[in-house]
Amino acid sequence: MTKILITEVKLYLRDWPFALFTIVLPVGLLVILGVSIPSFTEANPAFGGQRFVDTQMPSMMTLLALLTIACSVLPAVLATYREQGVLRRMSTTPMHPGKMLTAQLIINVVSGAISTAVLIGTASLVFGSQAPQNWGWFIGVFLLGTAALLSIGLVIAALAPHGKAASGIGSAVMFPLLFLGGMWVPREIMPDALRTISDYSLVGPFAQALKDAWSGQPPQLSHLMVVTVGLLLFGGLSVRLFRWE
Amino acid sequence: MKIIEVRNLQKRYPKHVAVDDVSFEVAEGEIFGILGPNGAGKTTTVECVGGLRAADGGTVRVAGLDPQRDRRALRDVLGMQLQSAALPEKIKVWEALDLYASYYPNPADWEELLEHVGLTEKRDTAFKKLSGGQRQRLSVALALVGRPRVAVLDELTTGLDPQARRDTWELIERIRDSGVTIVLVTHFMEEAERLCDRLALIDKGRVVATDTPAGLIAQVGSEQRLRFRPSAPLDDSVLLALPEVRDVSRHGEQVTVSGTGNLAHAVTLALVEQQIIPGDLRIEQATLDDAFLALTGRKLS
Repeated sequence: MTKILITEVKLYLRDWPFALFTIVLPVGLLVILGVSIPSFTEANPAFGGQRFVDTQMPSMMTLLALLTIACSVLPAVLATYREQGVLRRMSTTPMHPGKMLTAQLIINVVSGAISTAVLIGTASLVFGSQAPQNWGWFIGVFLLGTAALLSIGLVIAALAPHGKAASGIGSAVMFPLLFLGGMWVPREIMPDALRTISDYSLVGPFAQALKDAWSGQPPQLSHLMVVTVGLLLFGGLSVRLFRWE
Repeated sequence: MKIIEVRNLQKRYPKHVAVDDVSFEVAEGEIFGILGPNGAGKTTTVECVGGLRAADGGTVRVAGLDPQRDRRALRDVLGMQLQSAALPEKIKVWEALDLYASYYPNPADWEELLEHVGLTEKRDTAFKKLSGGQRQRLSVALALVGRPRVAVLDELTTGLDPQARRDTWELIERIRDSGVTIVLVTHFMEEAERLCDRLALIDKGRVVATDTPAGLIAQVGSEQRLRFRPSAPLDDSVLLALPEVRDVSRHGEQVTVSGTGNLAHAVTLALVEQQIIPGDLRIEQATLDDAFLALTGRKLS
């Protein structure tokens, strides 16, 4: 298992433009938008007097990084492996191809954590934003939410007939989820009807819980429950649907 | 000792029957061929043997193991090479071998294996950059890295150029010499004839015949053909008078004589008596292709 993990990390890094994208895109957006739009660095009553770059922007960029990994990186790799017969070939050996899946999940969680850490560091360095105030909750919410998003990625990988289709389906899923998470219209200023939808969308509660933990408050139980239900639902679905060949 | 026993194997897919009734036995240490046209059910058969598919009927035993019930134990005794490329594009040759070696409890020394398949110089090359023949040799190495007793090689030389094909054949013979039993799936008559100790001819999901290549050819009769251009006019009756000759035909200057027994000897002797020299003399014997045609009424390729 260690060797699979090491090999998969090497392969992941050999696709470094791909890997770098999950860090550079959200961090770049954070810096460019934060620097170029003056109102982002002014105290905003809609966010309880916080600046946009304090928790709103960094949380949204974290969501962007995690969704990129879950909806496009993971499904593309897995669907390509299945398309090329990598998983099938592995199933003729004593090692179960599930180990390969596990290695991929570990790599993508770590990759998400690195992106998030870089975002926290950049926000703090460039805008003097505070690091997450409640580390315990922040890490807990991060892991729960990342697991839920990756389970969506597994369902995409299960349904996609090949690697290219996986990227296509991934994008089609990713943009609505970013919208519901508050990427373009922050949840605080969403119309009520939209916010209600967002409340049940997995990404909405996840983004909210992330923001809460970032600013030091414990996340709401209902938000954690929606994310947990999402994880169980998509996790179960992916186990049902996933094919090795 | 039979290392593989397949009895009345049957496998149906929703739309067609892939394997209707296949039975054969493979002895330890031999190269056993499964020969047949595309779509005959060859791959499905070996997939059932390798535990990749569950059969709908019949029994399969590999070293006494049931490929479905004893999947885990089967993986240790049977190495499989699949038809298509099956590695990530950017994995290097040595990484693939090192990785696959880690899957097995008692792996072979992969450096040695690399030497064996002639890929030592390519150890740092990415899978994507290997030629077709190199990929196939790597694929063979991966099938052997777990020190299997049986290696299943599926359409190993399809798509290879003639030189790469001959190199691969030599490799297969060396593997057999190292004591590994080989099941070779192919639709190349020449390959089967050259490599296999015994083979099963499969057509439309059924075994048509199982024998040595020479035995199969003998089954269709030992008809031979002689072609030559006579140096002087020759009367057909001279040849037809020979007991070995069945038929004489002509295409322009070329004479084709078909018959049985010691045909070549009888005909050349008769020509010498007539003081005729046979120019461009060629002797053709029946091939597996002819055997397949005679047994199924269809051409193999």
